[in-house]
Amino acid sequence: MKNNQTNEVVVRPPLFDRIFKPKTITLSNGHTVEKPMSRAPFIWAAVIAVVLISARMTGFDFRVIIERGGQLTYILSRIFHPDWSYFRGIFVEADRANAVKLFNALLDTIKMSIMGSMIGATLALPIAVLSSTNINKNKAVVWFFRIILMIIRTLPTLIIAKFASLIFGLGTYAGTVAIVVFTFGIVAKMMYESIETIDMGAFEATESFGANKFQAFWSACMPQILPTYLSYCLYSLEMNIRAAAILGYVGAGGLGILINEVIGWRDYESLGAILLGLFVVVFIIENTSQYLRRKLS
Amino acid sequence: MAKTKSLLNTDRPLTIEEVYEARPRLWLLYTVVVLIIAALLGWSGSAISYNGLANKGMEIAKGIANGLTHPDTHLLFNLTDEGVPYQLLQTVAIAVLGTLIGGVLAIPFSFLACDRIVPKWVAVIFQAVILGIRTIPSLVWALVWIRVTGPNAFCGVVTESVCSIGMICKMYITAIEDVDTKILESLDAAGCTGFQKVRYGMLPQIIPNFISTVIYRFDINVKDATTLGIVGAGGIGAALIQCMNSSRWSMVGAYLFGLVALMIVIEIFSTRVRNRLARG
Repeated sequence: MKNNQTNEVVVRPPLFDRIFKPKTITLSNGHTVEKPMSRAPFIWAAVIAVVLISARMTGFDFRVIIERGGQLTYILSRIFHPDWSYFRGIFVEADRANAVKLFNALLDTIKMSIMGSMIGATLALPIAVLSSTNINKNKAVVWFFRIILMIIRTLPTLIIAKFASLIFGLGTYAGTVAIVVFTFGIVAKMMYESIETIDMGAFEATESFGANKFQAFWSACMPQILPTYLSYCLYSLEMNIRAAAILGYVGAGGLGILINEVIGWRDYESLGAILLGLFVVVFIIENTSQYLRRKLS
Repeated sequence: MAKTKSLLNTDRPLTIEEVYEARPRLWLLYTVVVLIIAALLGWSGSAISYNGLANKGMEIAKGIANGLTHPDTHLLFNLTDEGVPYQLLQTVAIAVLGTLIGGVLAIPFSFLACDRIVPKWVAVIFQAVILGIRTIPSLVWALVWIRVTGPNAFCGVVTESVCSIGMICKMYITAIEDVDTKILESLDAAGCTGFQKVRYGMLPQIIPNFISTVIYRFDINVKDATTLGIVGAGGIGAALIQCMNSSRWSMVGAYLFGLVALMIVIEIFSTRVRNRLARG
């Protein structure tokens, strides 16, 4: 490029504006301005077309909801009249069996998610470091791990749980494996995104003193990312409690087994009681974790 | 401790050693945190017992590995109703409609649950309703709706739209609370009518956030729609689970390949669009 040329910036208009010419408006002082044509009609047309095609493919029919909407209340009203014996059992000897069943399943679910979150989050940290571009300069390794993380994240949890329960047998172990894989994918992704935003000055300074990469990372980057990391761990724990509750549907232990069982018996009053128990646990854990996360930030 | 404190209060510049000596000592906090984590690990480990692989665990693992490396290409590129492309398209269709309906239904809910707009008690009632909707897992919602619609893709659409309301509302409410009210005041001062205030003061601020939320939820809904098939609500999940139960691993491989490819395309698309929305 020649330096003595004047730097005239030539803005090439986007393809859209070359096809649909912008409207030229002459102002009262003689200047002309161009008003590009609005994109909105095209976006609306595309959205409407997609909606119509989707409605055809899924057989969407609003009349069905109006005609048969009454059926909706059949199960919902039974869910909202829970079978209190599950909770009365804490105090009354006669209902003890139900209460024990519910509380064991709830404890299993909590234990599965705590264990799974911890292992998954621990495994995620080194991989997150390896897949962040500012610390790992090797492009090939970065993209290798990123693609693996992407594939792991795209697999639905229930499918992972199904695989795990086929390989490791029915029970909490399979559920824990599924949660580990799920947590690993999410925490590693969120971590490498936040590792890339940290201040690298301290890292370079420590390296210039002769520290190797690991020492430099440990003393210069770790203090910066630790609060975020712990906050992501707690966040993933919150999500995992909800996820763990339905993993049992494919035989991976916890509350889901109980849910599957009572649905099989069409016993929706018991389902209501189980969901109420789950609600209380989720509420407590979410609030505790949100409190801790506020403290961390 | 007293020594370090007195050091920091002196006027003379401190040497490096002195500053290092006065560094914050948090070992007590660290020990407590580590102890709590260790205790939690020990407690939760009690429920998870490893009983070796399942009866045919090794065989199944081999089958899965074999299926993933040799997917059923006939099924993968089959363009009829049974093929992977059609099933994927149906899954996306369920997610599109579900997300759109959920996104529209969430608008009144989020305005009514935002305590800056309505009286406190109304907001609390609607927040409780949203919490109730969120607590019921999507699989149970699907079972509830199957009675109305029958086991088909339509059931998936209504389930998705109800399930999306919870999360979408939460993010809508944040967007509404972030609205800069000074703009409304200045429009008021310029003599704008109520409609003009909403059109030129409110909508430009909240619409990009709303669209971004809906696209983000679309991402999640595509993933959810695959699992809803397990209870018979259409989409690719039903076929996938059937193949897994009958150990047809090469078909499982084909479905998984299609699913992963679809999810990656959707994630790239949604990240792009949301980045453009955020930058304006």
